[in-house]
Amino acid sequence: MKDTIYRSHVLICTGTGCVSSGAKNIKHELQDELADNDLKNEIKIVETGCHGFCEKGPIMVVYPEGVFYCQVKEEDVSEIVEEHLLKGRIVERLLFKEPMTEESIPSYEDIDFYKKQHRIALANCGKINPESINEYIANGGYEAAGKALTQMTPEEIIKEVKEAGLRGRGGGGFPTGLKWQFAFDNNSDKKYVICNADEGDPGAFMDRSVLEGDPHRIIEGMLINAYAIGADEGYVYVRAEYPLAIDRLQKAIDAAEDLGLLGEDIFGSGFNFNLHIKKGAGAFVCGEETALMASIEGKRGMPNPRPPYPAEKGLWGKPTNINNVETLANIPYIINEGSEVFSSIGTENSKGTKVFALTGKIKNTGLVEVPMGTTLQEVVYDIGGGLTDDKDFKAIQTGGPSGGCIPEDYLALPIDYDSLIEVGAMMGSGGMVVMDDSTCMVDVARFFLSFTQSESCGKCTPCREGTKRMLEILNRICDGEGKDGDIRLLEQLGEHIKDTALCGLGQTAPNPVLSTLQYFRNEYEAHIYDNKCPAGVCEELAASFTINIDSCIGCGQCVKVCPVDAISKGDGKYYIIDEEVCISCGACAKKCPVDAIFQG
Amino acid sequence: MKSLEDLREMRKEVEKEMQTRKNTNKPKVIIGMGTCGIAAGAREILQAVMEEMDKRDLDIEVTQTGCIGMCEKEPLMDVKLPGKDRITYGNLDKEDVKRIIVNHVINGNVVDELVIARLEE
Ligand SMILES: Cc1cc2nc3c(=O)[nH]c(=O)nc-3n(C[C@H](O)[C@H](O)[C@H](O)COP(=O)(O)O)c2cc1C
Ligand code: SF4
Ligand code: SF4
Ligand code: FES
Ligand code: FES
Repeated sequence: MKDTIYRSHVLICTGTGCVSSGAKNIKHELQDELADNDLKNEIKIVETGCHGFCEKGPIMVVYPEGVFYCQVKEEDVSEIVEEHLLKGRIVERLLFKEPMTEESIPSYEDIDFYKKQHRIALANCGKINPESINEYIANGGYEAAGKALTQMTPEEIIKEVKEAGLRGRGGGGFPTGLKWQFAFDNNSDKKYVICNADEGDPGAFMDRSVLEGDPHRIIEGMLINAYAIGADEGYVYVRAEYPLAIDRLQKAIDAAEDLGLLGEDIFGSGFNFNLHIKKGAGAFVCGEETALMASIEGKRGMPNPRPPYPAEKGLWGKPTNINNVETLANIPYIINEGSEVFSSIGTENSKGTKVFALTGKIKNTGLVEVPMGTTLQEVVYDIGGGLTDDKDFKAIQTGGPSGGCIPEDYLALPIDYDSLIEVGAMMGSGGMVVMDDSTCMVDVARFFLSFTQSESCGKCTPCREGTKRMLEILNRICDGEGKDGDIRLLEQLGEHIKDTALCGLGQTAPNPVLSTLQYFRNEYEAHIYDNKCPAGVCEELAASFTINIDSCIGCGQCVKVCPVDAISKGDGKYYIIDEEVCISCGACAKKCPVDAIFQG
Repeated sequence: MKSLEDLREMRKEVEKEMQTRKNTNKPKVIIGMGTCGIAAGAREILQAVMEEMDKRDLDIEVTQTGCIGMCEKEPLMDVKLPGKDRITYGNLDKEDVKRIIVNHVINGNVVDELVIARLEE
């Protein structure tokens, strides 16, 4: 029997998330079971990249039915083989259950988490074997590069990318076609293209997932990019903490070279292109383009003033185009489908889709790719399944450490570059953290600022000293030692740093503080003036407890456990707590037989 | 690979590797794989279908189903062409499978003498 036809394909996700939850053992178990049941020639095991649903991993998808199994354990494998692969009966208990309705959903496409998504950059992720160039080609891969190199001029490609309206997905949102035009216009004997896969935002993993799940797409995007600007050499700058991504990308580069898709005279067009991987050292600031280039050149990864821009004097002084992974992942689609199809997705000034890493107090966490203009509401409730424990929504933080916090009033906001900036947040590289009412916004601001502060490279004073001052003030406020005037000082420092810092790290570092000051000022004030942390997070200031006099039955149990004698008998038969004395230990609330005691 | 045509040639070749994962409107062959089905030889029927698939480069979807309460007619196999009735064949052997594949799956003519049930679209 030829080895190409199998009646069933079992896809096992071996992205970083699923490997960490045991996907490799599941694969081995499945291999053994297939051998024992004499199914090896009928059923093929395919390793794939991340499906974006790592929390529910390890994930297994069985074709031709497309049945989606989650949280598969080694012990489950024999049941899947005996029931599903042999007898055609779906193993119900391993199906995904919708958090809202408790319904079990057999098929991938019908899960709410995926239904509202529109996958372009992630189209192949989880669907093909990233280590097989054949599968990429079978899905239409390298068609765009072939078309670009043999049937289009560089000018035509740049025009197409411009008309598509694609903007950079690495944070800045600069129009990609225009950037390519600048690099094209600068004549030089040597030019470079760089793919920025440094991905330093805490919690972000979209670029890693694309590289792990569909590395050829990035090679193809860079190949088109290089041809369009006239570069013959490229670098992918990947952080060293992404060993699987590096490994799969290297395999993909080797496979492309073997087929002549990288190297000399590609597609017989006379165009040459070679691609290298450069492992990043890990500092957050190395993701900034000028620092990144310094790092490739072997210098310390520190930003340099722009101009000159990379398009003029980039890597080793040569015109260079640098784009983010996700930006490049959109290029083959634009060339294949045309700019009109691409620009029909999204909003007026933000076209196409964006991948977000959805985390925080939400039921379905993971990677989601949605059309620009999708509302926060849809992301949080329709895709994310709502908040964990059905708590109340408080805010959503977008844009990572450079972003801001958006309150509930703006849940109907359509997400795009401009709308997010208008409300004081930012697209950034796509972090999205959902917060519920147990979150203290001052503490959140402090968390993000302490990240940027520790990542400041120290080259310029506003960032180095300014963020340190701001952090001191925030620490003081959280410790209950906030002073009148602190809020104004934070605002002044924040604005000053934004205006004067050398690079984007410093220029955006104050954002989490400024946006929480804008929307949650009362929480800052409560910390400073009332000595209270309304969410009860800051230990020194946790809100005191209160007795609901309507439910209190007057049993007096709370009085006995209160270590500071804060509880006394009220006018009626109920008890009351003296706020001034209460130290928020919560002992009374635990003791109360009728749950009459609450915090706040 | 030296041209766009080479790429397209290669794509045709390798597309087969992916066909099991594309659930477009394909003819479906469903094999009864309940306990008694397997005892009556359903595995051989399944293997015969796959041999035909391989030999003739068929792009069809092969799935299984459990007991459907017709154990005495095993082995069973259903054929469902897009937009057509679902036909159940019974008491099959390997030779019957070949006939069904050629006549029904490929040419659209139901093999009447082997039919035991018909489920309307
Ligand atoms: C501190 C800092 C960190 C950055 N980190 C990244 C990163 O990890 N990945 C990325 O693509 N861009 C990052 N950028 C943005 C890059 O400087 C650059 O704008 C981007 O790679 C351009 O690609 P794009 O136009 O495709 O977005 C960072 C910028 C700053 C200021
Ligand atoms: S803004 Fe901060 S990170 Fe950027 S150069 Fe200045 S000190 Fe370094
Ligand atoms: S324990 Fe509860 S019910 Fe009893 S006195 Fe205290 S608050 Fe009232
Ligand atoms: S790694 Fe498996 S779903 Fe993300
Ligand atoms: S097991 Fe086949 S019909 Fe009952």
